[in-house]
Amino acid sequence: MTDTVSQTSTPQKRKLLDTLELDTRLLGMIGAFILVCIAFNVLTDGRFLTPRNIFNLTIQTVSVAIMATGMVFIIVTRHIDLSVGSLLATCSAIMAMTQTVVLPDWLGLGLGHWAIAPGAIIVGLIAGCLIGGFQGWLVGYLGIPAFIVTLGGLLVWRNVAWYLTNGQTIGPLDDSFVIFGGIGGTLGETWSWIFGIVALAFALFSQWQGRRSKITHDFPVKPLWAEALLAAIYAVAILGFIWLLNSYDIPENRLERMFEARGAVMPEGYTEGYGLPISVLLLIGIAIVMTLVARRTRLGRYIFATGGNPDAAELSGINTRLLTVKVFAIMGALCAVAGLVASARLSFHSNDIGTLDELRVIAAAVIGGTALSGGIGTIYGAILGALIMQSLQSGMAMVGVDAPFQNIVVGSVLVLAVLIDIIYRKRTGAK
Amino acid sequence: MATEVRRDGTPLVEMRDISVAFGGVKAVDHVSVDLYPGEVVGLLGHNGAGKSTLIKCLSGAYQADGGEIYVNGEKATINNPRDARRYNIETIYQTLALADNLDAASNLFLGRELTTPMGFVNDAAMEAETRKIMGRLNPNFKNFTTPVASLSGGQRQSVAIARAVYFNAKILIMDEPTAALGPQETKMVAELIDELKRQGLGIFLIDHDIHQVKALCDRASVMKNGQLVGTVHVDEVTEDDLLGMIILGKQPEKAA
Repeated sequence: MTDTVSQTSTPQKRKLLDTLELDTRLLGMIGAFILVCIAFNVLTDGRFLTPRNIFNLTIQTVSVAIMATGMVFIIVTRHIDLSVGSLLATCSAIMAMTQTVVLPDWLGLGLGHWAIAPGAIIVGLIAGCLIGGFQGWLVGYLGIPAFIVTLGGLLVWRNVAWYLTNGQTIGPLDDSFVIFGGIGGTLGETWSWIFGIVALAFALFSQWQGRRSKITHDFPVKPLWAEALLAAIYAVAILGFIWLLNSYDIPENRLERMFEARGAVMPEGYTEGYGLPISVLLLIGIAIVMTLVARRTRLGRYIFATGGNPDAAELSGINTRLLTVKVFAIMGALCAVAGLVASARLSFHSNDIGTLDELRVIAAAVIGGTALSGGIGTIYGAILGALIMQSLQSGMAMVGVDAPFQNIVVGSVLVLAVLIDIIYRKRTGAK
Repeated sequence: MATEVRRDGTPLVEMRDISVAFGGVKAVDHVSVDLYPGEVVGLLGHNGAGKSTLIKCLSGAYQADGGEIYVNGEKATINNPRDARRYNIETIYQTLALADNLDAASNLFLGRELTTPMGFVNDAAMEAETRKIMGRLNPNFKNFTTPVASLSGGQRQSVAIARAVYFNAKILIMDEPTAALGPQETKMVAELIDELKRQGLGIFLIDHDIHQVKALCDRASVMKNGQLVGTVHVDEVTEDDLLGMIILGKQPEKAA
């Protein structure tokens, strides 16, 4: 995504952006996202930017966004993973069978036991990690191109999932498992505010820490007003997001049922917002961890170095084969997490879960600025990419665009986004 | 060269009888070379003579099919670049081997990052160290935060040299370090080589430029078609002698 602001801006504006040390690519993507939202909001007479739709948009994005963060690492190391949708299905099938058959029947825990949901999730994560790592081993140690390994995986894991479940829909899933799906598990208004305030405090703390670290090493720092402006932007963004999610009220009859379940009567005129979905919380956590890995760990440094110049990485003593295994194992584990979110959202495992997700995930990463030539990509970009894709898709559905046209538009946007990205990189002189 | 190299002790590096074959082609055929502390040994030969292949056995990029390597008189096993680094062998590759998408500090410390007590990479400390060593090597170097892809050839070379020098190398391998440089930067590299020599490092210098070899090296080993033509003291031979060795594979009349 290019940056519409800086392309047309005066030198002064550009200077402002430099002072703030903001990533112009990020601004461009946010700009594009806002444009998409406003356009759909106008076309739908204001139905697109309602708390309800934004809530739905976020929970629909989570599964693809989680996998897109892992796809960034894969593409940065100059590989590709076409099997993520199928791997999601296999992990989902394994978790579904573990919680409906293996743990309750075979191990005799019985349905509703507290250990069923954690057990199923752990088994799913291990399975995802092992399958991903195995594919990484085929790529890294045996030298089979990732395209072929994961193209095979696309067929293999889709049908392993089918075999495991005999093609049946498995459900209903465990109650504590389903809270990871979105609408079935939210923090509620109070806890959402608490989370928002803690998150803001954390953001401001790391901003302050970054400044302090620069001062101790005598590096130039931003002027104080710029820091203050950034802090204000953080505050508005984080608290505004929480406020939006809290404004989506739980429907009245559902609230009544919740009170009944507790054996109480709902007071007249009582309202409550959903607040932050637990799946979104999960995504935020994964985004933070993955960003930390990318920027602050040796593993991340080696991933980007290998993507930039595999020979140089090898000559610097980096074990690039093992690195490939690790990257694919991370991808596999994230497929399991995405499988957890996707099946929990439906509250059952279905045979076609995650179909075509590989394309959405790759598209999200690429729209988010991950270069297929390797070495370049950001976690936040991939998540924004997933959000833009999902907004386009559900926006067009709301406007009533015919299904074939929806996919035609999404496909064209993908190609256009990469074109704009290439032009942007040429203009800014970045590689 | 002003300082006299003492060659009566154990050599810093001794490569004995090294052979490397690619398929049926013998790229290096029973070659022996050695290197003493404070000495610069030039490796000369045409493209494809096998000098880069020979030296890559020492830097860990290739494994020799036959022969042995001794470091300080002890047999060394070098299977990969990490092993070579453990013997304080550092290499400046002809291709520079830089990750273009990373900045100077990340490249300098690649594979040997400084970390915080928490185990995260300490970018600020690495940048500070990079500023220090660059201040010494190339005071004109200013672009510490941009990816090295956007740097000039000379600046990229500085990063590669800084990486080799920073970690207290005892043995330095330079594969055509001045090939991509202008006259001023070439002079800078020459001065650096002299300084490192004084500090007692041993340097293998691969170069095409006979003048440069005459000026910088103490001895020169010439290779042709994978075989060693001979090793000579550069002061005792003429440039024509060296050319004769490179082109014809002919020993000079008064062999050293």
